[in-house]
Amino acid sequence: MKNLMYLKNVVTLQVDKNKCTGCGMCMDVCPHKVFKINSKHVVIQNRDACMECGACSLNCPVNAISVNSGVGCVNAVINAMLGRNNGECCGGPDTDNKATESKGGCCC
Amino acid sequence: MNKFEFPIIKEHVNCGCNVMTAISENIIPRLNQAFVRGFVNTPAGRLPRISSELVWQDHWGSIRARWGVGRTDYKIDPGLYALGNPDNNSSVFVSANYKMSFDHLRSALKGRSGWILVLDTKGINVWCAAGKGTFGTKELLRRIESSDLKKIISHNRLILPQLGAPGVAAHKIKQISGFNVHYGPIRAKDLPDYLDAGFKATEQMRIKTFPLQERAVLIPIELVEAMKAYLLLAIIFLIVSGISGPAGFWTNTATFGLFAAMALFCAIIGGAVLNPLLLPFLPGRAFSIKGFSIGIVIAMVLLYLRNMNMSGWPERIESMAWLLIISSISGYLAMNFTGCSTYTSLSGVKREIRWALPLEIACGAVGLVLWISAVIIA
Ligand code: SF4
Ligand code: SF4
Repeated sequence: MKNLMYLKNVVTLQVDKNKCTGCGMCMDVCPHKVFKINSKHVVIQNRDACMECGACSLNCPVNAISVNSGVGCVNAVINAMLGRNNGECCGGPDTDNKATESKGGCCC
Repeated sequence: MNKFEFPIIKEHVNCGCNVMTAISENIIPRLNQAFVRGFVNTPAGRLPRISSELVWQDHWGSIRARWGVGRTDYKIDPGLYALGNPDNNSSVFVSANYKMSFDHLRSALKGRSGWILVLDTKGINVWCAAGKGTFGTKELLRRIESSDLKKIISHNRLILPQLGAPGVAAHKIKQISGFNVHYGPIRAKDLPDYLDAGFKATEQMRIKTFPLQERAVLIPIELVEAMKAYLLLAIIFLIVSGISGPAGFWTNTATFGLFAAMALFCAIIGGAVLNPLLLPFLPGRAFSIKGFSIGIVIAMVLLYLRNMNMSGWPERIESMAWLLIISSISGYLAMNFTGCSTYTSLSGVKREIRWALPLEIACGAVGLVLWISAVIIA
């Protein structure tokens, strides 16, 4: 099966070539093969495949990658647009709040 | 055992949060959890022993969780578990305390021994928890400490699922605790090959796909959620058709209401069942477009089967109404599925919602007004 692709030209991923040391960590953690190594540093070979999970930027030891990461959960985004609930879907980092936690329908 | 003293951590944490504040829970998982098979004695105390064989209770639990029964409670105690007969050289696998994540991991390690370090992700699976940060750097550091892992093993290798990477900064774990994080394969079933290859994942093990089977298991929970709204909607449509129609209450509900209830039902099946199943074959990249397309096809089929006389205005208006209502519902539910999919980006979802949500609301509202008018003038 061909790999599924979402919308084009919307992803916020950026690599700072001057900072990148070519360690390859981002290539290990990326679940969509977005990067490839190009002599000394990585380049983005498949930008539209990026799902903005943030694994690469969090695991880059020199902070060479930036991406606006987050879970693409519809309830969460709608809530955020309406300014409710900090845009968390099923309980954010602070999951003590039972009310937000049990709101099903998405990932977890 | 001085788990409250760990001065090195305080100096290095730069995430603005104090790692030490939250160690208050019991550090050893309970031995009386249903899946525990005895215990092993270690320098850190009696740890529960588990097996890689799943029994019917485990499978039954998964099925229940998939259908949303007790799903938020489907969790196990965080901490360190012994799989089989591990020694101080055995690998350490890190997992979430969602029971299904844990079961997946242990059942993939048939015939092997190892340690399983379960993080407290509040009963949420690895990927979602990593996205929120509960499967995260801070929690992993805390769990390494509270489980006394260093007393039990003589190496410094932790194997994490690759999908946990959005929450864990491997280099920070190394800096602060000295442990080397190795990201294993995405699918637990690839673990044996990964281990045998000396902690090397092939390219294919690193790519997240979204095959039919994975899409299918997500259907029940979507369906259960949608059905709650459905019951309410169907009752409203039945009552409205009964009061506003041309004949008596029951004749009206039979003419308009029953079809309405069925149309709404089919719209939900379209968005919550057909969309996930047919995802790669549906037109468009945006999920709403996929859902709209299904909705239009469903509406056409239903109207065809109903075999209406289309010469009068009420019938034409009613048909138009259903085209709008069915496609908006199925479009909305399909859009909702982005949260479950494994390849949609937050920026993309935001862009989609910005145009699709108003459209869905508008279609739904116009459809509803048309339908009520059709019933009244009939
Ligand atoms: S993780 Fe950072 S430094 Fe390493 S290859 Fe990727 S961008 Fe370059
Ligand atoms: S954000 Fe995730 S999907 Fe996008 S490039 Fe980084 S690791 Fe890959």
